[in-house]
Amino acid sequence: MTWRSPLALVREALRGQRAREKDLRNLGSNLPYEGLEKVKQPNRFFPGNAIKTTKYTLLLFIPMNLFEQFHRLANIYFVGLAILNFVPVVNAFQPEVALIPICVIITLTALKDAWEDFRRYQSDRKLNNTLCFIYSRKEKKFSERRWKEVRVGDFVKVVSNEIVPADLLLLHTSDPNGVCHIETSNLDGETNLKPRRAVSDICISDPEFEPESFNSVVVCERPNNNLNHFKCYVEKPDKEKVGAGIESLLLRGCTVKNTDHAVGFVVYAGHETKSMLNNNGPRYKRSKLERKLNIDVIFCVILLLSMCFMGSVGHFLWLEEFPGVPPYLVPDSNGHLESHGLSGFYMFFTMIILLQILIPISLYVSIELVKIGQIFFITHDADLYDEETDSRVQCKALNITEDLGQIEYIFSDKTGTLTENKMVFRRCSIMGTEYPHKENAIRLAVLEGPESESGEEVIFNQRPQPPQTGWSLHAEDTSLEDMQHHYDNRHKSMVTGSAPSDVAFSSPLETEVIPDRKLLQHISRLESSGSRKTDPYLDFFLGLAICNTVVVSMATAERQRASGFSRTGRTNNPLDTLSNLVKKPFSLHHIFTSWKNKPKRSGTMSEDSVVPEEDYFNAPVKIDGSGNTDGLQTCSLQAPSHSNDPAMTPDNVTYEAESPDEAALVYAAKAYGFTLLARSPKSVTVRLPSGEDLVFEVLDTLTFDFNRKRMSVLVRHPITKECVLYTKGADYAIMELLSTPYAEHLRGKQKNIAADTQHHLDCYAKEGLRTLCFTKKVVSEKVYESWIDCRQRALAAIDNREELVMETAVQLETELTLLGATGIEDRLQESVPDTVVALREAGIQVWVLTGDKPETAVNIGYACRLLEEEDLVINMSCKSKLECTSILDCTLEEVRRYSEDPRNVDTSQDIALVIDGRTLTMALSADLQDRFVDLAKHCRTVLCCRVTPLQKSRVVKVVREKLKVMTLAVGDGANDVNMIQAADIGVGISGQEGMQAVMASDFAISRFKHLKKLLLVHGHWCYTRLANMIIYFFYKNVAYVNLLFWYQFFCGFSAATMIDYWLMIFFNLLFTSVPPIMFGIMEQDLSAEMLLGVPELYRTGQGAGEYTFTTFWVSILDAFYQSLVCFFIPYLAYQDSDIDVFTFGTPINTIALFTILLHLSIEIKAWTVVHWVIMLGSVALYFIVTLAYSAMCVTCNPPSNPYLILQSQMADPMFYLLCIITTVVALLPRYMFHVLRNSIAPSPLVQARRLDRLDTSTRDEWMKEWRSFRGLGQVRRSRLSTPHSTTLETPADIYPQSPTASDIMADDLTLNVITENYQRSVHM
Amino acid sequence: MVKAEKEIANRPDNTAFTQQRLPAWQPMLSAGIVIPGFVLIGLAFIGIGVALFVTSRSIEVLEIDYTGEDKNSPCFKCSDQDVKNCVCNLEFSLDSLFEGPVFFYYGLSNYFQNYRKYAASRDDDQLSGDLDAFTSPSDSCSPFDLNGNDKPIVPCGAIANSMFNDTFVLYRVVNGVKKLVPLDGKGIAWWTDYNVKYRNPTVTPLKNAFNGTVKPISWPKPAYQLDTSDPANNGFINQDFLVWMRRAALPDFRKLYRRITEGEYEKGLPAGNYSLKIAYNYPVLSFHGTKKVVFSNVSWMGGKNEFLGIAYLVVGSLCVLMSIVMLIVYAKFKFPEDD
Repeated sequence: MTWRSPLALVREALRGQRAREKDLRNLGSNLPYEGLEKVKQPNRFFPGNAIKTTKYTLLLFIPMNLFEQFHRLANIYFVGLAILNFVPVVNAFQPEVALIPICVIITLTALKDAWEDFRRYQSDRKLNNTLCFIYSRKEKKFSERRWKEVRVGDFVKVVSNEIVPADLLLLHTSDPNGVCHIETSNLDGETNLKPRRAVSDICISDPEFEPESFNSVVVCERPNNNLNHFKCYVEKPDKEKVGAGIESLLLRGCTVKNTDHAVGFVVYAGHETKSMLNNNGPRYKRSKLERKLNIDVIFCVILLLSMCFMGSVGHFLWLEEFPGVPPYLVPDSNGHLESHGLSGFYMFFTMIILLQILIPISLYVSIELVKIGQIFFITHDADLYDEETDSRVQCKALNITEDLGQIEYIFSDKTGTLTENKMVFRRCSIMGTEYPHKENAIRLAVLEGPESESGEEVIFNQRPQPPQTGWSLHAEDTSLEDMQHHYDNRHKSMVTGSAPSDVAFSSPLETEVIPDRKLLQHISRLESSGSRKTDPYLDFFLGLAICNTVVVSMATAERQRASGFSRTGRTNNPLDTLSNLVKKPFSLHHIFTSWKNKPKRSGTMSEDSVVPEEDYFNAPVKIDGSGNTDGLQTCSLQAPSHSNDPAMTPDNVTYEAESPDEAALVYAAKAYGFTLLARSPKSVTVRLPSGEDLVFEVLDTLTFDFNRKRMSVLVRHPITKECVLYTKGADYAIMELLSTPYAEHLRGKQKNIAADTQHHLDCYAKEGLRTLCFTKKVVSEKVYESWIDCRQRALAAIDNREELVMETAVQLETELTLLGATGIEDRLQESVPDTVVALREAGIQVWVLTGDKPETAVNIGYACRLLEEEDLVINMSCKSKLECTSILDCTLEEVRRYSEDPRNVDTSQDIALVIDGRTLTMALSADLQDRFVDLAKHCRTVLCCRVTPLQKSRVVKVVREKLKVMTLAVGDGANDVNMIQAADIGVGISGQEGMQAVMASDFAISRFKHLKKLLLVHGHWCYTRLANMIIYFFYKNVAYVNLLFWYQFFCGFSAATMIDYWLMIFFNLLFTSVPPIMFGIMEQDLSAEMLLGVPELYRTGQGAGEYTFTTFWVSILDAFYQSLVCFFIPYLAYQDSDIDVFTFGTPINTIALFTILLHLSIEIKAWTVVHWVIMLGSVALYFIVTLAYSAMCVTCNPPSNPYLILQSQMADPMFYLLCIITTVVALLPRYMFHVLRNSIAPSPLVQARRLDRLDTSTRDEWMKEWRSFRGLGQVRRSRLSTPHSTTLETPADIYPQSPTASDIMADDLTLNVITENYQRSVHM
Repeated sequence: MVKAEKEIANRPDNTAFTQQRLPAWQPMLSAGIVIPGFVLIGLAFIGIGVALFVTSRSIEVLEIDYTGEDKNSPCFKCSDQDVKNCVCNLEFSLDSLFEGPVFFYYGLSNYFQNYRKYAASRDDDQLSGDLDAFTSPSDSCSPFDLNGNDKPIVPCGAIANSMFNDTFVLYRVVNGVKKLVPLDGKGIAWWTDYNVKYRNPTVTPLKNAFNGTVKPISWPKPAYQLDTSDPANNGFINQDFLVWMRRAALPDFRKLYRRITEGEYEKGLPAGNYSLKIAYNYPVLSFHGTKKVVFSNVSWMGGKNEFLGIAYLVVGSLCVLMSIVMLIVYAKFKFPEDD
């Protein structure tokens, strides 16, 4: 190490700073500088790959942790009090003793922090020391190094199934096409393989990849945390720029799959990698209850201050009374008494110390503990466990469990949330002719029933895995049998492509399509006639097969996923998972090879089966590549190579798609013989019905985005050599781009294909099918040339890259020729209608926000009982804002008029609003917002169609802010992320569309139906538990502190206590701390069955719920009363006696304990073993600790000296008599209040509780009866009395949201604003 | 194999605890159920109340104020603080036998022994006979730790300094002759105080331990002279001192002075005239206080206190009344589940 001047060091540091903060970074290879000292390294300014996620260092732990902890207000309060105690004139206790509570809290927190930090340190160390391969110039090969030695500018080789150590710009892969598959489940939980493409022609890679030949400069943007975007270009020495994006970036933490090895250039290392930048801790949300709680804490502060003020004034007046100097007034050290005013002033602060626990600081700690317990129970609920995906409900936000019990509005996505997002091809329309696919429909109907079982079967077949040869055969046989029930033997080898839990779209339901006979005939006719080059029918199916991003994987290349693993242990910290993976780096390599490609084939399953797996995998790719290297390939050339390879038969290909629609379409095309055989970035191979394989050169792929709502693939036709653009997309995104119809072929039929197709599309939508249009466009060479130039420039751009790329896409997607349309069914998830009905009965308004067409949405609405037959459906779809305004006004007036009509109060008519995206934008504009919200308030349900992700979140925000209601958003896809984040509670469904929604959510569930139990049971429980616990906590503190306060009236307001300070600390810390926490975790006011059976009970938590201003003050008043009793009964009993201070305090302390615990007993609605143990344990603990303490403490803790006081008291019968009567008198009012209220005016909860106590059969019978009763539509509101006695009507006002507003008479209602009449909305 | 385990690994345990289905007892508070409970509690309380009330009634108490504020009071002359070593005689008579054992208390009112700074003003080390604490008393005693000459005060602190120093001698007047009633000053303090907490230094004679220290400012004589007749009652283990040091909980209190248990008074104080000779030393007028002497016998429930008995009676009756109210409520609102 050479010495360098400090100035140089400073200059160096500044340069480093500048280099790191520049918007663009120029990175060069490290290789030429290998072995040089650090100053000479070009990339020395960028951080290395060693990570440090620990917060503290060993040396600085104590100061840093203290600093951290004192950011909390509660701790500052404690410390302030402790410091106050050290001021001699105001201290109330022994100053050292007063430090105990804060020390205990700070020590516990510090220990917890230290432990967490140590774990982080361990995982960091493990990661940093993981091995990887870095190219070394000296050794001329990739040599093994540790992760922490990786630097920006290095060349790193990652082999299959290894984790990428840093963000790498992919330069070379073992795949001839430069493709590398990665699995990002560690980052975002998505388990599908994602292809990444090497930046081409940067280095010499023939025959071996030569990192030393790298002499370009990589220019990339500043590190950011966006996992889906990366902007970069590589500038070659000849100034040629090659653009690269996220598709060439291997992110740290991803696993390389299906690729032998990949070599990348490190662009970001360590903390600058995208995964580390994304590594934020769990989100913190503040629940509604907590917000309210904080207001009440302020009330407590006011109460505290006023009590202290009283004490201060009292002390002053007490001093004023004396004619002389009494012997018990202690002068200060100079022998003088302070002036009375000053004493009073000091006394104010002393009182604050004395009465400090009035501010329930321990409440915050208790709430955290309670929430941990609640989350434990939620995540352990077996009903919320999904077998199929082996996932439980995940709670990502740790502190909003109670909000689940207060939801008033649910905003739901449709696809994947209400529906399965398992797409089934149903019908198609080609060139204006509809093919209904009746046979397929019949098959689906048959499959509907046993489908689930057969699906199960398949899963189970994979579970028993004796690594013998027999089992794969067995699997084959079983599934075969199973299938034969439903299909002909054509589907013999079409067992699921891989484990259903891992790969989507694989059940036979989705993969099988029985072709429409008419269409099949048509196709075969065409085949035989030989006019197959430009026929629209062929084009249609080619479009189906080509225009997508489906990845083809061979059944032989079965790969073991890490998915099950990462799902099990998923935490918020991607690194945790990462480190988990590192722990068992090769346990994942239990490869299941080829267990079903051929019946005769034996499944080899052993540790060393990696090799055959790779072989099988590589086989098709190699063939592809060889076809590709010399450009275009005719089918005849490829055919022989196929025949050698057992894997290359159409029947054992499986498809992996990012969106299930795509897979469904590819399978549909396959059913007609158009089999997608292979896809590489540069080519697509399709086998035609005739058996020949066509290899299309892919010129470009214009990926899907939410703005364009379409995607295109530009290919070069292998036979005609034309550039053909296949585009598919939503009908409205396509229809306006059409040019001439396929005119030249259809001159005879003067049909307007577009109109016919549109008609078919509308029909499909009404059936609830998802529609897509397919178009074709032949691009002339000239146009292509100029366009590809633009495209290249756009791709290489650093700024506005997205927009530019999109623009180029729009440029090309014009003048399309319509081929046809498809209708795909997305089936409703299991028990969605049930759930929706239950949620609505629970007083929750359910809105559906979908990107689909209104017709589809309405149809789904009926299917899942969001809309009922007799509902009034208002459809709002307008072109201009003026129109929109007037429609809103009219509707609103009508709705108001009818809701105000007294005749309509009791009817069951409900209003539903269907609004489309464009109208929604207008309705949400600032001036119409209020009116829209007002109208929506009157509607029972609202369907928003064709909305963008941004609009979804707008809607949520507007409703949440305008109506001041608790909102929940549930969705499964990336397009729901905005909405999930905007709502009070975001729920993600871990479905088929990846994990973005789950990552952004507060709670993640696997099925929509789980929402029912999550809200109705867990939400209700969590809310009631927490609300009651908080109220109890306030009560407890006030009751106890007031005992001390009342004593001040008898000790000259001198802040003296009659209870030993240690015992006071123990009282809060030990004797009365566990019961409320147990109460908050385990209380069950109603059984889960009851809450699910009578969803109306959920309404008790909505709006203000149980925790209101009144309940708070009632409990405070009760606390005052009880403390008065607890103090004054002993006072009167010991008046005028020779009792000494602490002998007087002991029974009071005991009485307080009994009162406080028995108070809780009154509140506890269900006593389990745990309750008994904890309650009795607390009492026992009190006596044991106090007895032991007073036996050991001879002169400790002056001035109290509680030596043997409790013992002497317990020998006195008066002590017991006193305890009994005081406790009874203290609790009598509350007890009586409960008894009388339960008897005279029972709340719905009480009535339900009464039913709950009945035996199961009676209860079920009652519920059934009640349900049918309500089913008649006579009872709109919950009637929770038993059906026998109709006198006990539930008072309507207990429900914060009276449904009267939405109850509207149907008879003579005509709404002139209804622009479209659906067949099923009958009442007009 | 690994996979199979993984797939099941995520399934929550299906136990009663995790599924929150532990068998539970669900008490239901409603009129019908609580009526019998209330009746039972009410009756039990009334029973206890009667017992307490009767016991309390059987306790005799004689209280005589001797503050001397009133001009007619025999101690009026002594209430002037300037008068030193004042003695006054309090005459009283008993109509019937005052049943024994009779406890003799002195009582003070408006005296805040529980005042916080007063309470802390002591040195427990000193009082447990620690000689180091003799030479340097704890700060908590300030300003009663050192006298004007910086000599340590033993026992230090405000509590010791303010020790009650009136003394009483009781005579029974029989035919004009005053006959001394023997007063028992043993065992009036807490056993723990006398035997465990307070210790004299193990120096004999005791006086030597106090070398270099001074007596508390208000005391007439040093601690080692509190009872020169009985070394087991001298110094810090003097019973009167111990009684005083155990601070009263409330500002109006009485403290045990003596017991009358010996000889002919074992059965109690016989009817007749008595004279109490009071050495009136303790000033109380500076805080509107009063002084009194109290003769009382005790029962199992301690001294006379009718409150608890009455409280039990009232609450007991209330419970019974409540159950009647419940009965009405019950009759009026039939409960569905009771049908």
